[in-house]
Amino acid sequence: MAERKPIEGVTIEKTEKLIEETLACMPEKAAKKRRPHVGANEPSASPCAVKSNRKIVPGVMSQRGCAYAGAKGVVWGPIRDMVHVSHGPIGCGVYSWGTRRNLMQGIPGVTSFPLDFTSDFQERDIVYGGDIKLEKLLREADELFPLNKGLSVLSECPVGLIGDDINAVTKKMEKELGKLVVPCNCEGFRGVSQSLGHHISNDSIRDFVIGKREFEEEVGPYDIALIGDYNIGGDVWAAKPILEEMGLNVKSIWTGDCEIEKIAATYQVKLNVIHCYRSMNYMCKVMEEKWGIPWIEYNFFGPTKIAESIRAIAERFDDTIKEKAEQVIAKYTPMAEEVIAQYKPRLDGKTAMLFVGGLRPRHTVGAYEDLGIQVTGTGYEFAHQDDYDRTAPEMAKGTIIYDDVSEFELERYVEEMKPDLVGSGIKEKYVFQKAGIPFRQMHSWDYSGPYHGYEGFKIFARDIDMAINSPTWKLVKSPF
Amino acid sequence: MAEKKMRQIAIYGKGGIGKSTTTQNTVAGLASLGKKVMIIGCDPKADSTRLILHAKAQETVMDKVRELGTVEDLELEDVLKWGYGDVKCVESGGPEPGVGCAGRGVITAINFLEEEGAYTDDLDFVFYDVLGDVVCGGFAMPIRENKAQEIYIVVSGEMMAMYAANNICKGIVKYAASGSVRLAGLICNSRNTDCEAELIEALAAKLGTQMIHFVPRDNQVQRAELRRMTVIEYSPDHKQANEYRQLAQKINDNTMFVVPTPLEMEELEGLLMEFGIMEVDDEENIGKAEGA
Repeated sequence: MAERKPIEGVTIEKTEKLIEETLACMPEKAAKKRRPHVGANEPSASPCAVKSNRKIVPGVMSQRGCAYAGAKGVVWGPIRDMVHVSHGPIGCGVYSWGTRRNLMQGIPGVTSFPLDFTSDFQERDIVYGGDIKLEKLLREADELFPLNKGLSVLSECPVGLIGDDINAVTKKMEKELGKLVVPCNCEGFRGVSQSLGHHISNDSIRDFVIGKREFEEEVGPYDIALIGDYNIGGDVWAAKPILEEMGLNVKSIWTGDCEIEKIAATYQVKLNVIHCYRSMNYMCKVMEEKWGIPWIEYNFFGPTKIAESIRAIAERFDDTIKEKAEQVIAKYTPMAEEVIAQYKPRLDGKTAMLFVGGLRPRHTVGAYEDLGIQVTGTGYEFAHQDDYDRTAPEMAKGTIIYDDVSEFELERYVEEMKPDLVGSGIKEKYVFQKAGIPFRQMHSWDYSGPYHGYEGFKIFARDIDMAINSPTWKLVKSPF
Repeated sequence: MAEKKMRQIAIYGKGGIGKSTTTQNTVAGLASLGKKVMIIGCDPKADSTRLILHAKAQETVMDKVRELGTVEDLELEDVLKWGYGDVKCVESGGPEPGVGCAGRGVITAINFLEEEGAYTDDLDFVFYDVLGDVVCGGFAMPIRENKAQEIYIVVSGEMMAMYAANNICKGIVKYAASGSVRLAGLICNSRNTDCEAELIEALAAKLGTQMIHFVPRDNQVQRAELRRMTVIEYSPDHKQANEYRQLAQKINDNTMFVVPTPLEMEELEGLLMEFGIMEVDDEENIGKAEGA
């Protein structure tokens, strides 16, 4: 891969100086802990020098979530034909209820949205244990919604503290109800971020789901599974048609707009294509080891990366697919060029800084570049070393890479590097907008989307233009 | 009116050492001296009040919480009973072994009693009878800030009972640093081991405290227990009843409250050797079978 062209005014020296100056504002101990997590990018460096997946430095304002958030919010939440039980006190269940914009379609009231329950722990459940209540809950939930295809049990913190055996309960209830009943020991205090929740959920799928069902149809040579797309703002609906036009059969999706029994049958596919590597690589590796299913990472953000990915996926199949792949690219390229012709003149030469979750800090870079925008800084809430190793080559030399960045640091970096756009979460949104800096909330596409695929690129380009070139910013007068 | 200060006392000690029996007999002794006392059983087994109430088992706070659903629905009169000598009795209760969190049960129960005003001004003493092993924070609840200020440890001349007493002292040191809890003495509940009184006196001295009373072993205690009574109520003129009355009087008069100085393991073993419980050459014999 060709190295990114240098960005004017961005050098390793300047970035390192900015980092030193910023961390110097922190207490010595905190600065020392933060130092390995921030660096000026060296695209050829492997491994990437930025360290990750460590506990949050005490005292900073963090953007991280917990293992339960990773399990409920990311992996299980989007599965639309299941009852998801948040097992513990009520808050975790209520505040994770339909809050991530993983859209769904299905039979209204049956499979059109997931059914969320909570066991609403009281003092007595802590003291006497919640196993009996859980058993009753599962039975009642199944009676109320008999068309569900399975039930997941997501442990909140106290369940782990008092040592309830939810696995024994789910095992018993799976037998009794004749449905998939899946335990997920994702107590929030486990691990340093939501990342462990993804891993634990993958393990639950490995141990209690996959292999327990089969697809109804005959297995075909072009069967694939789309892994790690959570259908934020309808992303799956923009990505899946591309794969289908290539001649591939998307047999199951993990887990955007998906059904649990299709996840269980995924061991029958021929290839796993994975978008969010961080949250789902574990199961791709399991399926590879156990059933010999190869997997390939892809990127459906922006026409350049989409075309690259279509060809890379097609490479894994015969000429029929390869031909169709070229047809797909040929069909959509004019549309993408039209979008670029419309927006690039208004965005060319602009810069952006990102701080998001699983895959976007690197995967979206190409889409910005298609519009003429260069990304001068990026980082992840909960990534691991392998994510940063994949990020370094996507970023220009000297750009700033920050892991688990604190609000203080991010504000400082943005203040100094003066990007034309910041893409991050809801807590950051108003801080930067009040500072007169255009902002997009890039966890759930700021109530917009999809951003995946060719369809998504159109919307992405419009939204970015709308943010950066809004006349509002000309009216903002700084009091300083 | 001169302010009467309620004294809160926690009884700790190795499991099976006789904490509940000693507590109830002592409380009966205090009641016979005209004192107003409340016992709070902090053990899921809920056997801290049976001799006072002549009951098999009192309905516990947590039993009632389980029945009603939430602790908010519970009324004090549901769980507070009066027994011999107008002693108020409450049991925290909790789960059977192996499930849930018994420690949280203690916390829930004590919080409930505080909120519902069980600690009335007319009380002279509140006794917490706590599960043998302080396995988690819940069982240290009775000695947190603004609860028990005095701890008595029930002990005997058996080695493991002394180990346990020493370990409990380590816990007291921790809580003493952040609050007002103090060790008030060792109660020797005799098992008729060799030189028992002397040994416990020596241990108490090392810990910086006192052996407040030596309670001799007497089957009269068991005879009373079969009637679900304290000795004081069952046979007030028996010499064993007198022992408990003496203990009650000593506790009433006690002013020796210390931060204990727990022993290192070597020091404790040294003490045992000194009194001939452990032999000096034991080290060589460790792990050797009897016939080897």
